[in-house]
Amino acid sequence: MKRSFLVLILSILSFSFIYADGYKVGDKATDFSLKNVDGTMVRMNDFEDARGIVVIFTCNHCPYSVLYEDRIIALDKKYKEKGFPVLAISPNDPVKQPEDSYENMIIRAEEKGFTFPYLWDEGQRITKVYGASRTPHVFLLEKVDSEYFVRYIGAIDDNSKSPADVEEKFVENAINALLANEKPDPDFTKAIGCTIKWAE
Amino acid sequence: MKTLRLILLLFILGTFAAGISAQNVPVLNFAQLEPILNNRNDTTYVINFWATWCKPCVKEMPDLMKINQKFKNRKFKMILVSMDFDIHLQTKVIPFINEQNIDADVILLNDSKQHEWINKVNEDWTGAIPITVIHNKEFYFFREGEITFDELNELITKNIQQ
Repeated sequence: MKRSFLVLILSILSFSFIYADGYKVGDKATDFSLKNVDGTMVRMNDFEDARGIVVIFTCNHCPYSVLYEDRIIALDKKYKEKGFPVLAISPNDPVKQPEDSYENMIIRAEEKGFTFPYLWDEGQRITKVYGASRTPHVFLLEKVDSEYFVRYIGAIDDNSKSPADVEEKFVENAINALLANEKPDPDFTKAIGCTIKWAE
Repeated sequence: MKTLRLILLLFILGTFAAGISAQNVPVLNFAQLEPILNNRNDTTYVINFWATWCKPCVKEMPDLMKINQKFKNRKFKMILVSMDFDIHLQTKVIPFINEQNIDADVILLNDSKQHEWINKVNEDWTGAIPITVIHNKEFYFFREGEITFDELNELITKNIQQ
């Protein structure tokens, strides 16, 4: 009885620890070096001409991620040339979620013809630092001098199920605001998604 | 309009009072679900947001069913709010209910404005599922992520009203 209470307390503490971490709008975002599906290592600082980066935590297995694949490709195509390329990061532990293994990421990126890097967060460190809690989960970064700052966190748009019924394109609006030297509004939204599958 | 809303509300509450069968899954928008979520009284409610596509949700379902079996004859009610799309009601949700012998109430929440209603369920909810809310008039608990039989059992045993 006592032991199960202790386990309960510990699990609550570990949950609050995971969720208390992470970036808020305005924070400086750390660079990373993660392996892309083409075998190269990708860093944010590789994007010399970028005005910002659309970091999207997404994965193979999550139905909500799958619903957004085409929209993420469209986002990259539309905004890469305006200085805001997409960088997709797969956050899940492949032991817990084999569909999200590096090998399966390569297959999915080819099938869908991803136009953007699809990076594996091996060890899940960057996912923790950013505070991604679900897939898909967007962190829109703006480059100021040579550093990146978080300007928007949340959903891609306001209708996961049906692209035709989208009323607010949150990420596009946020990028457009940054391109016009304005603050994104809203700068934080929520959406249903899959939990991050943490290694045990 | 007001009368219409009242009738609707009474109808929904009536459906619950009568005890709907598992195969009868109402499809509600958030405005219709909200009074059910906020119904704090003597009864201890376990409200779990889940989906058939969500692995941790599916994994904890047998534990939820054991809890429902244990407490359902007391002042207790379990409500499972499915995040599956309405188009999957017949093809995925109902077959899952039958396979798992789910005898708790199941509601399918069909409301795309997630960014508007997630905070109304709980401000700490990031949007990942599963979540579990346990409450009665004196007690409130919220968890994002998996929950076990032992945790549920302890929380409910301590807080269920006589």
